[in-house]
Amino acid sequence: MVTVRLWGSLAELVDGKREIEITATNLRELLEGLGEAYPALKPQISRGVSVAIDGRIYNDTWATPINETSEVVLLNRLVGG
Amino acid sequence: MSQIHVKTIINGDASEFLCAADETLLDVLRDRLDLTGSKEGCASGDCGACSVTMDGRLVCACLVLGAEADGTEITTIEGMATGENLHPLQQAFLDHAALQCGICTPGFLVAAKSLLERNPDPTEEETRYWLAGNLCRCTGYDKIVRAVLDAAKIMRETA
Amino acid sequence: MPKDEFTPRTFSVVGTRPLRPDGIDKVTGRARYGADISAPGMLTGMVLRSPHAHARICSIDTSVAAAMPGVKAVITRADFPVHPENNGTADVLDNCMADKKALYDGHAVAAVAASSRRAALDALATIKVVYEVLPHVLDVDEAMKLDAPILHKGRKQEGVPADVSDNVLTRTEYGHGDPEIGFQMADLVIERQFKTAATHQGYIEPHSCLATLGSDGQGDLWVCTQGHYMARNTCAEILGLDSGCLRVTPSEIGGGFGGKTTVFLEPTALLLSQKSGRPVKMTMTREEVFRASGPTASTSIDIKIGMTKDGTITAAKGDYRYQNGAYEAMNGTLGAMTGFAPYDLDHVKTVGWDVVTNRPKAAAYRAPGAPMAAFAVESVIDELAYKLGLDPIEVRLKNAAREGTKSAYGPTYPAIGLEATLKAAKSHPHWSAPLGENQGRGVACGFWFNFGGDTCVSLMVNPDGTVSLSEGNPDIGGSRAAMSMMAAEELGIPMERVRTIIADTAALGQNEVTDGSRVTFAVGLATIKAARHAIQIMVERAAMTWGIDPEAVEWVDGAAQPAGPNAGKHPPMSLAEIAAIASNTGGPISGHFEVNAEGAGVSFGTHIADTEVDPETGAVKIIRYTVFQDAGKAVHPSFVEGQLQGGAVQGIGWALNEEYIYGKDGTLQNAGFLDYRIPVASDLPMIDTAILEIPNPGHPYGVRGVGETGIVPPLAAVANSVSRAAGVRMTSLPMSPPKVLAALKKM
Repeated sequence: MVTVRLWGSLAELVDGKREIEITATNLRELLEGLGEAYPALKPQISRGVSVAIDGRIYNDTWATPINETSEVVLLNRLVGG
Repeated sequence: MSQIHVKTIINGDASEFLCAADETLLDVLRDRLDLTGSKEGCASGDCGACSVTMDGRLVCACLVLGAEADGTEITTIEGMATGENLHPLQQAFLDHAALQCGICTPGFLVAAKSLLERNPDPTEEETRYWLAGNLCRCTGYDKIVRAVLDAAKIMRETA
Repeated sequence: MPKDEFTPRTFSVVGTRPLRPDGIDKVTGRARYGADISAPGMLTGMVLRSPHAHARICSIDTSVAAAMPGVKAVITRADFPVHPENNGTADVLDNCMADKKALYDGHAVAAVAASSRRAALDALATIKVVYEVLPHVLDVDEAMKLDAPILHKGRKQEGVPADVSDNVLTRTEYGHGDPEIGFQMADLVIERQFKTAATHQGYIEPHSCLATLGSDGQGDLWVCTQGHYMARNTCAEILGLDSGCLRVTPSEIGGGFGGKTTVFLEPTALLLSQKSGRPVKMTMTREEVFRASGPTASTSIDIKIGMTKDGTITAAKGDYRYQNGAYEAMNGTLGAMTGFAPYDLDHVKTVGWDVVTNRPKAAAYRAPGAPMAAFAVESVIDELAYKLGLDPIEVRLKNAAREGTKSAYGPTYPAIGLEATLKAAKSHPHWSAPLGENQGRGVACGFWFNFGGDTCVSLMVNPDGTVSLSEGNPDIGGSRAAMSMMAAEELGIPMERVRTIIADTAALGQNEVTDGSRVTFAVGLATIKAARHAIQIMVERAAMTWGIDPEAVEWVDGAAQPAGPNAGKHPPMSLAEIAAIASNTGGPISGHFEVNAEGAGVSFGTHIADTEVDPETGAVKIIRYTVFQDAGKAVHPSFVEGQLQGGAVQGIGWALNEEYIYGKDGTLQNAGFLDYRIPVASDLPMIDTAILEIPNPGHPYGVRGVGETGIVPPLAAVANSVSRAAGVRMTSLPMSPPKVLAALKKM
């Protein structure tokens, strides 16, 4: 089980839960699992999220490994210029 | 509208062309004579990217009509180097990394050359005020000013 | 777990300052930018633009234009074949060519391709557009009100409350703890409102492209862009083309800063070309650049911070309301994420709002959304420090985020360089230099993310032992030189033997746009890996030649050599020697690397600004300016300095002079460089820089992205400086002379 931290307004979509537990060993399982378990999160996930794993930012790589002890934080999909 | 026949000297070479009455010298240089080194940044004389000299005077080519060039001597960025030898200002810009995207560089070089022809030993302030008519968005002007002052020094020493 | 790439080493090429390889072309005027190309039979394309800020388009009659001499094609939105499914692409298309409504002054409604500029202009003048003018809204707070004119219905995302208008597309909240508890622990609480005006990236080169598209869907596009793959993919999606059939070549680019990370003219140019059967060149005028490309958001920000007497921040709240022009963007969200990022806070809550208004579609400007947020936050911290009699750098050090700090936007920081930049600032002579009359000193911190993204590099070893490097990222800061340097470092050959080019879209796989401070990091990483791949092949070729196992061969100083005495006595084979016998040993030698680089870190900077205020005119002069930023490893120090100086000066312009000025009718009043006043050489002193190098664990050489962070602190540093010089807190940007004078008079 991995603990995922949600930003404030995203948590409001899941009864205010700032932290969610989900079974996932990589990025793909994380995003799909979140959408399955919490359909209210699906629109944001399909619009795009970035995921901070232990302080570093990941966007797309499905195979990115996630440990049970990793800090996993969802962020809005980041853009630069 | 019939076109105007213009005879001029550009970078030391005789040049003849036809242009419309409302065409600017910049339009002529870029679109008729393939001299695309002078750039259009604004077409209103505010950015200096089209700087050329006309009879030794620094002008924005976008503010000069093509027809006005008749009987004058024009120098552009393309005339600054001599064959494979760069002008000291051009070399100084490279040495000081005084360009990033480089779009403003031709205008700055022509303007700086004009400055040093009048004032071979400008202060930093004089340099900044002379170049205030040339906009750069990448560099913050720091390395450009250093390059010009350095080139001035080199040109004084080799004069 | 993030993979650590970095290994400490001493460098021979990286860290030096060679001349840039594209330099001679640029100082002689030979370099070819977007508008410096022509093609046989080329037509000129021009756009008809809405004169109204908000209007329904009832009808467009192009019949007269189509029949005029020299006119070969006329198009409106009806001629575009596809309605993109993706909302983002649909917005881009609508921005390139309006559909049912014109949403801002300058919005494209029709376009022609004709044999000359004059013929095109004459044709545009005959196009009859019937508009039903609608009420417009330009200000973010006005646009949020329930009675505001609405641009799009039904685009509110979940989480946006019902008590704000449909112009509010997103509401995002970040933070942790409970600020109300934290405020009670403070000795002083300051609450302030701030406003910033919209600004433009101000690149000197207007958008320009040359498009050729056949009726068979095969096309060529020459364009000044930060991302030619983005241009290809977006145009293909909009026009219903196979992206592999559209070959996009990037010209040299005359500045972008984020403003050229999207398309404005290109789909139109391609469609005009297809319809006319001729190449079509389109170049924006400067006025069009201001009216119809991508400025920044303007903002309305509320900040509340509580601090104890000894300078500890106990609570922080921010409400960031950003208008992004006529379409969706996330500048407010990014502002809400970044404003408090430099600080270690127990109680913080930020809310970001992204709102549409009748202005051009916002594009990124270096670090999108962050400079405005930093302005607001850093101003309040400065005011707290001032009122509590504390040193502004000490206060920031006291609250500075470090490794292990839970950031205000969520993740825990790994090793970061904020404290180092603050300490460097504190011990720098600038911080303790004396100030004169009417002068003030401001300091501010800024934060920005770094990005990775899709990257491909191909490295070819030529028969003569030189190396050709192909990468897919337009060079906006000298990155070709940096790639050559990293390849040379890895291969152990002189940099002069490596030539780096930006390949067109047909030559490499997908590459993410040049943005997000990503190129030296991600393309550099791919370059190093491609070089290592080539080395592996050359090692095998040497081993084959010597008849020994490749495991017994190592690469040292640009040559293959036996790894130990047991491998046998063979003199080293240089890269050139191996290259010369490539055809004998298996064929041409090249290495390549493709990756979606992830796991990038974050970036911090600290700026110190000294200004002098003229009490009679309100004019502000920059007296001294120093930038402190962590680059991880500065591959080419002069180019890193250039990024820091350029970002600082853009921020200075944003702070002091630049703004979009609108009339009551919603039209832009200052669409030119005369009245949109960017800094000139006489406005400024030299900009000093201090590059810190705390290696990034995610890059083999420790490189961090540097391009964007430099624009985040200056709005705040200059505002803090002016506030102290003038003796009054400035809360509205730009701090142009009339506004400074008004603030002085109010005292």
